[in-house]
Order: sequence, then structure tokens, then C-alpha cells
Amino acid sequence: MAAITPDNHRLRLIVRYTILTLIALIFVFPLVFMVMSSFKPDLQLLRDTSSFRAFLPVGDLSLDNYRDAFTRAPVATFIFNSVFVTGLTVLLSLLFCSLAAFSFVFLNWTGREVLLSIVLATLIIPFETIAIPLLLLVSQLPWIGWEGLELGWLNTYRVQIIPWIADGLTIFLFVQFFKDLPRDLIEASRVEGASWWQIYRRVVMPLSGPVIATAAILKFLVMYNQYLWPLIVVQQETYRPVMVGLGYYFQLNPAWGEIMAYLTVITVPVLAFYLVLQRAFIASIASTGVKG
Amino acid sequence: MASKLVTSNRAGWTFAFPGVSLLTLFIVVPFFFAFFLSLTNQRLISPNPTEFVGLDNYRDLLSISVLSIEPEVDDAGVVLRDADGNPKYPRVRTFTRNNPDYKQYAGMREWFRWHSGETAKVIVATDVVFWNSLRNTLMFVVVVAPIQDALALGLALLINQRLRGINVYRAIYFMPVVVSIVVVSLLWRFLYAEDGLLNSILGALSFGLFEGRDWLGSPDTALGAIEAMSIWQAVGFHMVIWLSGLQTIPPTLYEVSRIEGASKWQTFRYVTWPGLRNTAILVLIVITMQAFALFAQIDVMTNGGPLDSTTTLVFQAVERGYAKQDISGGSAISVILFLLVLTISLVQRYLTREK
Repeated sequence: MAAITPDNHRLRLIVRYTILTLIALIFVFPLVFMVMSSFKPDLQLLRDTSSFRAFLPVGDLSLDNYRDAFTRAPVATFIFNSVFVTGLTVLLSLLFCSLAAFSFVFLNWTGREVLLSIVLATLIIPFETIAIPLLLLVSQLPWIGWEGLELGWLNTYRVQIIPWIADGLTIFLFVQFFKDLPRDLIEASRVEGASWWQIYRRVVMPLSGPVIATAAILKFLVMYNQYLWPLIVVQQETYRPVMVGLGYYFQLNPAWGEIMAYLTVITVPVLAFYLVLQRAFIASIASTGVKG
Repeated sequence: MASKLVTSNRAGWTFAFPGVSLLTLFIVVPFFFAFFLSLTNQRLISPNPTEFVGLDNYRDLLSISVLSIEPEVDDAGVVLRDADGNPKYPRVRTFTRNNPDYKQYAGMREWFRWHSGETAKVIVATDVVFWNSLRNTLMFVVVVAPIQDALALGLALLINQRLRGINVYRAIYFMPVVVSIVVVSLLWRFLYAEDGLLNSILGALSFGLFEGRDWLGSPDTALGAIEAMSIWQAVGFHMVIWLSGLQTIPPTLYEVSRIEGASKWQTFRYVTWPGLRNTAILVLIVITMQAFALFAQIDVMTNGGPLDSTTTLVFQAVERGYAKQDISGGSAISVILFLLVLTISLVQRYLTREK
């Protein structure tokens, strides 16, 4: 761009960065406000909203809100529940969905094509449209536990985990990825006498790092942020995850500063996780765009 | 391809079975179950056996009618008027409650009305709350889908330039996406409050000219406020999808248009936009599906109020199916929602098909 003088160039850069930064402020201001307010007593928090102080760590700062939030509600239990449910679901989902995708791509069996099209067809079903019939279904499902046969899955961990293990998108992501793996590799291992399980374990999965990361991140976001499903299937505090616990906590009429402390506790770890793995997060969302 | 491989039914079924059976039990079965339940009187817990009721649930939801009401007249046939000179009308309930002459309107309530001359045209429906939820859901989709789509494209174009540190901005724009919508909703409840942050900011920006309002407390602004927040939260998601679409456009095309001396707009119109076709379809369908599913924001921020101005189809499905244990009524709304989503996706696909 020879026509542009250095001064002109610099001005354009300044304009560009200014625009980018102003937009960035729109996206961060509520989050900054949340974190800052979590350290302030309510009186000051409300007074600060009328000025820039709302976004600054100034005044009477303390961890009191955090202490109060944790004593008012079993926040630690909620966090444990969320981490447990999310972690287990992500692991089981990766295992079951990759196994199914492996079978769809590398194995030839009767019914393969019909089942694959059913799996892909489920992509157009929003969860919200099956939540109510699923609620009735899980309220009647049997389960064999420590005390023998029981009926009904409501108010358990399993009702939050098992229905979420297999989903069309995760299977689809693995199918797309497996399709691009070199076939020769599979056939060579087969010729050498490897079993299908060994090929899955030793050949395919070690090559699948990127799609595992993508599927894990998407599942993590869905599970950790889940609201509608646990809201209708879990009424007991002991099994509540953080997001539903939040609604319940809010009804206890805590101070705003306390709410901000709760919000900060359940949000900042995810944000930190995101900032560290930023590229992987963005790549995983972008890869859902392949399904057009 | 797999067809070249030896048929191995045992291994194939064993590997696919766990995933496919879970997906069938928890997605496919409830999907068909919804259609079935919507034709019954099923409740979550009930001592009475479930009965097949045909299309009754749909009739209760969808019954809607126009009622023409003439103004009241006195004995001489002169129209009665109130203090402001407006004609007086008989109350709608005189038609819809125990009136043998108007059996078809029995049990209906007024949804809204307009006037044609002196005649009042009143839209009456059996389930006014359902119609409100349908209206709000469609309003939400119609507002959010195009605005969010366009803003996401704008941001993607902005981020797609070569600048030092651009990835930092990309990361920031995307940030709200990883924050739970429940957290975002509670946070914005505070921002939208009458003494909240938004009113202070708007007041400061307009040098005190702007008078604060209770954004979520008024039927005029509540849905709009939720729409704005929802766009704020999810626009980064679609920005990233647009961005990956932008990056599939070969750089040589841009080279050529630059050599040809194309303006920025021309480059966008003739190089960028045609390359984004498939992305455009995808983004539109995904946004539409997400918008139809509107629930958490409503549940956390307004509970459907004020005056049902923010209630939505999913909120009503949950309200009935879960809170009121009316599984069949909730299922009927779910089926209607699914058919709406399906129809709109098909229409979008048809309109954007390859010509």
C-alpha cells in the first residue's frame, strides 16, 4: 500500500484499535462488574453503580460475600455435583460416541446406514422439545442399585448423566474425523492380526487428539451450564448442580454482593480454563459449523 | 470405504450398541413419545389411568376466533358512550360464559381487539397464555435471528483483519459464550434494575437526559431487554462460525480483486459474500433453533411476566409439564414447537437452496 503515508497509516491503526477496544468493553463490562462487586459490601456496591467505581476494585474490599454465600447455601455441594456430573458425562460420552463412530466408519454391518441416518436425524431435535416426555420416561425407569430394584430416576446423579452420554453431534464429529484417517493404517493393522478393540485403542484413538478435545469442550460447556434438565429432575439439594442451585439460592434473598460472589465462584474457573485453552475452545465451536 | 471391508456384524454391533441404544432410549423414544403423549391426558403422577383423548389438547391450545361486538344501544337505538365519547361495548364474558347463542366461544378469553368503525373485533382464544407464548417466541426469533446474524458477521469481518493482537479481541468477543446463560441472566437482572448499572451508564452518556426505567418490569421493554442480552451472550458463538467460513475463501480471490481495483464493498459483495453461502445458511438455522428454545433467560429473569409479555413456548411447556405435572399439555406444546422449528428450517433451506 504505497499510497498510504506513515502518518495516515498510524491514524488508521489507532481508529481500528479504538473500535475493537470499544466493542471489547461491551463484552467484558458485565463480567468485570460481577467480579469487582463480589468483594464489596452491598451499600457500597449499590452506591458504586452510579459511577466508574463499579468496575474498579476500590473502597471497602473483603471476602465476606464469599464466606456468607458458602454458609447460606451448600455451594460447595453444588460445585461438587456439577464437577462430578460434568466430568463423568464427558468421559463416558467420549468413550461411547467414539466407539459408535468407529463402528459406523470402519466396520461393515447390517443396519449400519439406517442407524447412522437416525443418529444424524436427531441433530434437528432441540432438547427442549423432548424434555417433558423424557421427564415422564425417567420418572418410570427401573434401576438396580444397592437396595435391589427401584423405580424412577428422579433426584439422582444418574438422571443427570446417563441421558446425556450419547448425542448426535458428538457421534457426528467423530465420524467426520475418522473418515479422514488413512484407511491403509487400519487395514495394515488388521492384516497384522490386531483385533478391532486394539485398533480402536492403539491406532485410532491416539490419532484423535483434536476431535477428542473438540467433543470434550462442547460437552463440557453443555453439561456445566445445564439448567432446564436438572431443574425438572432434581429437587433435592444433595444432587443439585450449580446452575439450579443458583436459582434456589437466589430465592433465599441474599445480598447482591453475595450473589456476585456465587456467580464469580462458578464462572471464573470456566473463564480461566477458556482463556488458557482459548484456541481449542474457538476451534471446537468453529467445527460445529462443518455440519451445514 | 467400509463396504470394502469384510462384514463383521458382531464387532460392528458391539461397538455401536452402547452409544446408539442410549441415543435411542433418551432422544428418539422421547421424541415419538411426545407425539403419543400429546394425544392423551397423561399426568406425571396420577391415580387415574391414562386415557386417549385424540386432538383435545391441540384443540384447547389452538382454538381461536374473531368475535364482532356491536356497541351497546339504548331503547331508542342510540349508541351508548362513556365519558370520553367512546362507544360502550358489552363485556366479552357475556358471550363466552354460559351463553347458549354463542356456544362456539364457550370458555374463551379475550386475547386482543381492534375496532373497525364502531364494531369491536375481539380475538378470543381458549388458551390466551399459549398464544402469548407463541407470539413472544416468534417475536424473539424474528428480532434475534437477523440482528445476531448480521452483528456476528460484522464482528467476524472486523476480526478477520491482520492486526497485531487481534486474537486477544477475538477471545474477548467470544468470552460471554462460555459463561452460563443462567449466570448471564442473573447478572443482567442487576444491570437492568431501576437503580442498576445500565440506567446509570445511559444517564451518564446522555448527561442526565435519560430517565431510568425498570427494563424488566414493564411489558413494553421486558422482551426487548431479554433479546438484547441474548444477542450479547451468543453473538461470539456465531462470529466464530462466520470466521471459519471467511477463512475458507481462498486468499488468491482477494489478490485478484485487489489487482482489479475493486472497492471494499465490491470485494465483499462479489468475493466474500458468495463464498459464505453455506455458512450463512448454517448460522441462520442454528440461531433460529437456539432462539426457539428460549427458556433459561425467562425462568431466571421474568418468569414469563410482566403480564405474560415474556412467556415462551418452552417456558409454557415446562410450566405445564413440570410445574403443573400436566405431561400431555406440555407435550402438545413441545410437538407444536418442534413442527415450527422443522418448518422454519425447511423454509430457510428452500429459500437458500442452490439455484
